[in-house]
Amino acid sequence: MKLVTFRADLHLHTCLSPCADNEMMPKAIVNEARRKGLDIIGICDHNSTRNVAAVRRACGDGEVAVIGGVEVCSEEEVHILALFDEEESLHQMQQLIDVNLHGENNPEYFGEQLLCNECDDIIGFEDRMLIGATELTVEEIVENIHRFGGLAIASHVDREAFSLIGQLGFVPDGLEIDACEISTLHSITESRDSIPQISNYPIVRSSDAHRLEDIGRVSIAFTGTSPCAEELSRALHGENGREVVL
Amino acid sequence: MTVKEMIQGADLEVKAAANCLDTEVTGGYSGDLISAVIANAEEGNVWITWHVHPNIVAAALVVKLAAIILISGRQPEEETVKKADEEGIPILVSKQPAFAIIGKLNNMGIMGEK
Ligand SMILES: [Zn+2]
Ligand SMILES: [Zn+2]
Repeated sequence: MKLVTFRADLHLHTCLSPCADNEMMPKAIVNEARRKGLDIIGICDHNSTRNVAAVRRACGDGEVAVIGGVEVCSEEEVHILALFDEEESLHQMQQLIDVNLHGENNPEYFGEQLLCNECDDIIGFEDRMLIGATELTVEEIVENIHRFGGLAIASHVDREAFSLIGQLGFVPDGLEIDACEISTLHSITESRDSIPQISNYPIVRSSDAHRLEDIGRVSIAFTGTSPCAEELSRALHGENGREVVL
Repeated sequence: MTVKEMIQGADLEVKAAANCLDTEVTGGYSGDLISAVIANAEEGNVWITWHVHPNIVAAALVVKLAAIILISGRQPEEETVKKADEEGIPILVSKQPAFAIIGKLNNMGIMGEK
């Protein structure tokens, strides 16, 4: 089968994340992604998958594909990205998060959490405190992501706050993450120099955009047959000539 | 002051490496960013933390800490105890929150300037 190259920014927030701009709405995100030449966007709000479907619908059959996901915050305050192809997997992940996340959002302190439709209309407000930490350990999160058929990526390992390396010092023994993400803050070389351990894992870069202009600021290209998480996983593992280009 | 003397004075419960309590305590460090502990804590320090993850043992080994004190009655994970026993890193639990236990240790002469 012929391999195609996809340009992907795997880590975008929507207006559902309290810390993201309210203009991070489905249509606006998709338009910006198209303008930046992205083929794939990953939607990863804090502890919630509830705006993924709207972004997917906003894409329609257009040139940008959506990989649904979530940025889960562990008990140790480590951020882990979960990426899924199946709607059912997203649903299972959300159920697991919901029973392990407590507290109510205070929009005045943390920001609004907007649920919207594919036309960028606000259809509701999320009450749960999405900025909080779940009661799940990093190990439990990674294990469950895999159980639900997804990819687990350690978010922004080069940053101090909310990262696997910052919070836990090292990648824990036996933790089967599929990749480490490097933020816009450091180059790959800088990160490999300061955290030699990450050379043992595939690397991705994504923008972690909370504002429209940050979408696609960094991205990866990978080769595969279709723009989905499963093909990304094959590329991360270098299967059958597939590769990730940083 | 040795780890053993500190345990008696501060009412701590030993959860791991009970046979490694003769190390001299050189001072204290507090924080839940393990990368910061590795960068700033010094050999022989006790580390006051909320973390119960096995990686705390690895961090303690890197810095050559005298002991780890878990706050607010936090219980170490099973794997953490196993590792700490193997590596000889005492894990101690205080019922008190961080602010209170640090105050107590200060009064006993255990200081942390970094
Ligand atoms: Zn994050
Ligand atoms: Zn993020």
